[in-house]
Amino acid sequence: MIIPRLAYESLRSRKFTGGLTVFSIAFSVLLLVSVDRIRQGTQVGFEGTLSQTDLVVGARGGSLPLLLYAVFHIGVANNDISYEAYQHFARHPAVLWTIPLSMGDSHRGFRVVATDDNFYEHYRYRGNHAIQLAAGARPEGIFDAVLGDTVASELHYRLGQKIVLSHGLGGSFLKHTANPYTVVGILAHTATPVDRAIYITLWGDEAMHLGWEHGAPPLQPIPASQIHKSDLHIGTISAFLLRTKSRMSTLFLEREINTYKAEPLTAIIPALTLQDLWGVLSAADIALSLVSGAVLVVGLLVMLTALYTALNERRREIAVLRALGLRTRQIFALFVLESSLISAAGAALGVAGAYGLLFAVRVPVENHYGIPLVMVSVSSRILYYIAAVIGSGALLGFIPAFRAYRNALVDGLNAG
Amino acid sequence: MTSPVPPAVHLRDVVFGYDRRTPVLQVDELVVEAGKRVFLYGPSGSGKTTLLGLITGIHQPQRGSCMVLGKELTNMSMPARDRHRGSEMGYIFQSFNLIPYLTVRQNVALPCQVHERRRRRMVAPTVREEVERLVRRLGLETRLDRGVRKLSTGEQQRVAIARAVIGKPALVIADEPTSALDADRRQAFLDLLFEVCQEACATLIFVSHDRSLMERFDERLALGEISRMGA
Repeated sequence: MIIPRLAYESLRSRKFTGGLTVFSIAFSVLLLVSVDRIRQGTQVGFEGTLSQTDLVVGARGGSLPLLLYAVFHIGVANNDISYEAYQHFARHPAVLWTIPLSMGDSHRGFRVVATDDNFYEHYRYRGNHAIQLAAGARPEGIFDAVLGDTVASELHYRLGQKIVLSHGLGGSFLKHTANPYTVVGILAHTATPVDRAIYITLWGDEAMHLGWEHGAPPLQPIPASQIHKSDLHIGTISAFLLRTKSRMSTLFLEREINTYKAEPLTAIIPALTLQDLWGVLSAADIALSLVSGAVLVVGLLVMLTALYTALNERRREIAVLRALGLRTRQIFALFVLESSLISAAGAALGVAGAYGLLFAVRVPVENHYGIPLVMVSVSSRILYYIAAVIGSGALLGFIPAFRAYRNALVDGLNAG
Repeated sequence: MTSPVPPAVHLRDVVFGYDRRTPVLQVDELVVEAGKRVFLYGPSGSGKTTLLGLITGIHQPQRGSCMVLGKELTNMSMPARDRHRGSEMGYIFQSFNLIPYLTVRQNVALPCQVHERRRRRMVAPTVREEVERLVRRLGLETRLDRGVRKLSTGEQQRVAIARAVIGKPALVIADEPTSALDADRRQAFLDLLFEVCQEACATLIFVSHDRSLMERFDERLALGEISRMGA
């Protein structure tokens, strides 16, 4: 046990240089682990946003944009689909349930999603989690709105509050001021893009645009009191989510939708399209990992330099240890153990730092960019990184150790 | 008739060079009797430390026999020689004697922590108590848990004595230990070294180029007379 003790005390006596070395390794491990954790955290977050949905259907177009705007509220729909086409597939014998989604308006940077009761009944995330109301009730009236958890907390909205929605996304100057909506419910936290949206009814979406022609508001807006459901006709929606009665029919239904003669539609299997997304992102991931790897190499070289430059002042120490009967093998072990301890401390600090950072940025990233970032546990890849860092640290320790061993043989007891 | 006590060190026909073709030390015979206090002197660079390297088994001669404390070092492997050195010999350097990052207590305790045989020969029951006993004996009890960098040169040399004699080694080697001390401290250091070596019943080989100390030793050996190369 004398060698670990000596290694520990020796490192402790060189707190400053040792600390700097540990810090440089920790920093590179932090980068490496953060890149990996953010990637996996985002994947888990994205994958957890939607579950139990077999197909996402929208107007003919790219599969990735459809998934992004329909589920993650990123980007916009180029075209709408007719409500008739939606109803056709909603009533399809192979379909268990559908959730219509109509998007295009916003409120202070948050998306407005028009949907119906199916959303509250059937929408599932992270396995079997259903949408819950933290306060109030589902929207029943035309001008009722339900807020996602983040919308309510960030804007400090309460039940009964009147809100004015904007036409289009990103703070349009066209506001539906004539018909303010009333907050009737607030959803419980889901840690998905649901938290960042305002939900109204499909009727509400139609009512808001009543009298609009070619994207322009009517000169004389119709007051809310004069609008009734019987006057409204749901013409189009942006997309819909669909679950089949049997998983076996998913592929068959996907083809049927994609070849639907009455209207050009696109149906996608969300999990498969997500794989495409990871494919797109993997190039950025590789670039970041390469940079982190380079930083790690620099960190390890700093350690090698620190150990190597300390060698000359340690020649006397080694002579004393040899006089005390320590074998050259043990002196070798002392150096290798020191470098292993430095790299192990660096790796531990780096991983802890990465998780601390992830924990700290998780909420702001989700709130500002809408990217769901889930705290994921240490994966085998991270364990591999840690092993590689400690392993390379130990291996690099062999260089000064070998030099110390050679010195010890040449110096003998000549400690002066 | 009692059997004669074997010498602590007996070197015969020893030839050693760092490079095989250029020997730096050539000793026909060197005998150090057990229990004696021997003064080994010679000018700087004459090979004194090299000779100590042979006695301690750090170096292996190219030729000859090195019988030290009853063991033929030339027949032993390097790890066996390391063990023999650590468990049977105490070593005091000229300066920079101590492991700089350890305290007085940790420095003195080291030989006992490395070698079981040194632990078995302790006077006190535990390493901790043995260290305290020795350190008190050398007047350093107030410095026990202090880092050795904070000690004066004289104090450091006393700690080195304690570390050399803990666990009663049979042979204590001091390589120019007084060269950094003034005349008064040199005598006091020698007094202390003799006392503790006597208590430990250890043979003492004291190397110095300062002949003013040689009168106090049982035997005096000039390296020039021992080694044909060291003259």
